[in-house]
Amino acid sequence: MSAILSLRGISKNFGAVAALTDVSLDVAAGQVVAVVGDNGAGKSTLVKVLSGVHSPSAGTITFAGAEVTIGSPAEAHTLGIATVFQDLALCENLDVVENLFLGRELRRGRLDEVAMETRSWELLRELSAKIPTVRIPVASLSGGQRQTVAIARSLLGDPKVIILDEPTAALGVEQTAEVLNLIERLRDRGLGVIMISHNMEDVRAVADRIAVLRLGRDNGVFDAAEVSNETLIAAITGATDNVVTRRASRRESKADV
Amino acid sequence: MSDTTVLPERALDMRDERLRPTAVLDRIRSGDLGVLPIVVGLAVIWSVFQALNPVFLSSANLVNLLMESVSVGVIALGIVGVLLVGQIDLSVGSVSGLSAAITAITYVNAGWSLWLSMAAAIGSGAVIGWIYAQMVNRLGVPSFVATLAGLLGFLGLQLWLLGSKGAVNLPFDSDLVHFAQLAFVPAWLSYVLVAVAAVWIFITGYSLARARRAAGLSARSTKVLVVRSLAVLIGLGFAVWYLNEARGVGWMVVSFVALVLVMNYVLTRTGWGRSVFAIGGNVEAARRAGINVKRMYTSVFMLCSTLAALGGLLAAARLAAANQATGAGDVNLNAIAAAVIGGTSLFGGRGSAFSALLGIVVIQSISSGLTLLDLNSSFRFMVTGLVLALAVSLDSVARRSRAAHGRA
Repeated sequence: MSAILSLRGISKNFGAVAALTDVSLDVAAGQVVAVVGDNGAGKSTLVKVLSGVHSPSAGTITFAGAEVTIGSPAEAHTLGIATVFQDLALCENLDVVENLFLGRELRRGRLDEVAMETRSWELLRELSAKIPTVRIPVASLSGGQRQTVAIARSLLGDPKVIILDEPTAALGVEQTAEVLNLIERLRDRGLGVIMISHNMEDVRAVADRIAVLRLGRDNGVFDAAEVSNETLIAAITGATDNVVTRRASRRESKADV
Repeated sequence: MSDTTVLPERALDMRDERLRPTAVLDRIRSGDLGVLPIVVGLAVIWSVFQALNPVFLSSANLVNLLMESVSVGVIALGIVGVLLVGQIDLSVGSVSGLSAAITAITYVNAGWSLWLSMAAAIGSGAVIGWIYAQMVNRLGVPSFVATLAGLLGFLGLQLWLLGSKGAVNLPFDSDLVHFAQLAFVPAWLSYVLVAVAAVWIFITGYSLARARRAAGLSARSTKVLVVRSLAVLIGLGFAVWYLNEARGVGWMVVSFVALVLVMNYVLTRTGWGRSVFAIGGNVEAARRAGINVKRMYTSVFMLCSTLAALGGLLAAARLAAANQATGAGDVNLNAIAAAVIGGTSLFGGRGSAFSALLGIVVIQSISSGLTLLDLNSSFRFMVTGLVLALAVSLDSVARRSRAAHGRA
């Protein structure tokens, strides 16, 4: 599969701190790539580089075959890279329709509320979203509903790549399942999905490939169907002998006895 | 089973079984107050003053009250804009005074044409707003401090321009003074305007309802639209008839109302207005949605200062003079208080253009009522301060209640 989005040698420094060093990543259309790593591994920085919030200190980004620079969130939108941040970036005082179309309202001189509302319903229905009404402020929605609104919003610009930053972090069991279904629907639509996550179970449930970051560097890309949990954890923590494996082996040896 | 067969006939936005009609009382209890507090407040204020002095609600006094409201009301309209994006402009009084001084100096002393000196005054307002925006955007100065500096600086510039005499009279035969003092809408035309407003409200409401029904969404019934439009016709018609018993409705008042309507349209029906509310609600979200926040700040600060300059112009016209007191004293805080009393939140993201209109009527009513009672400005300050404290407390309590009821 040819990659729609490729990063090569991306570095990002904040003063003396190197948040990312020489990171490479490929995403193809219709593929879910999970980016995992411990706290401080550089996952969020990578998201911000891709969404145009930070520009990289070094490295190249290739999108749909051409080398691009992503100078601002608006440029990322225009290119076709949509990002759903962990904090979702919704305006609580605005209703669902207003949030969905924020920054790209239809007919900006005289807002086409009817068309926006119908389009919102279509979109939410496609995603099988459970939202009772689109004319209430986002403040009154649950965590899962907000996540759905944020993902639906990112689809409006007809993106080719969608980046989800910890999409299941704050959700309950059922809502997590709904969001994972949603991610599969995105893949079926032919979108490239980059999913940042802490949760191994969720990652293995939907991802095709898993890229591991450690201390701002690449630490291996694995095929999600083949890789074992031990290998992943070793890549994340940087050693085969660590707190997690020691704990696991202790339990195994107990079970043997 | 019966539910599923009914579903397709329901409007697209009414199909979820969790939806239930919310009673008006529920909405109010959850902190979604709308214009209710201000209407109640106005009724109380008017009843008290009418009881104390029967002249208060006379046609002649109300005509005057409205004419006096306009200049500060226009300034308050700009304040609504900056409050909505979560900023503040403390210098509107000084800017209005400076604008009055510029008009008087160029028109009377330098002999410019009226239009040119008005353009110079209003243009200077726009430039001042641009400067504030640059300080906020580029240097990261809080708007509170940037405009506080402007409050002092432009007051000084106004005093310097007016020179040692400290006042410049505007000729009574100029169009500007005529507009602010003597230009009233002929009675027949005022009724025509009321009818046009009522018909307009019905037509826009009806065409919106038709478009929504065509798209399969729920819509207001024609009956509701007719009732609403009739209520406007009768309410406005009565007000205009009562004012026509005295001098009638000033063109200046009509212009102010028109300005409020334009501002309301821009805030609620355009992409620019949507961005204003978004920035006030969550700056970071607005930025990530691709809204150019800095450019929005620039436009909002420029709009505010421009309206402040226009307000100063009207104040000078009303007085037929620009002097050291134009825009000084309580103008600044009255404009901000009007916006807040009218229901625009100090916390950003909530409010409407109509709050400027409603708020300034409240403030001017207090001022007029106390003047009729022969009480001097000391009482006016105290009562206005009290009302402002009440309004801001209500805003804060309502905000807490909205947070608790999930209504942001």
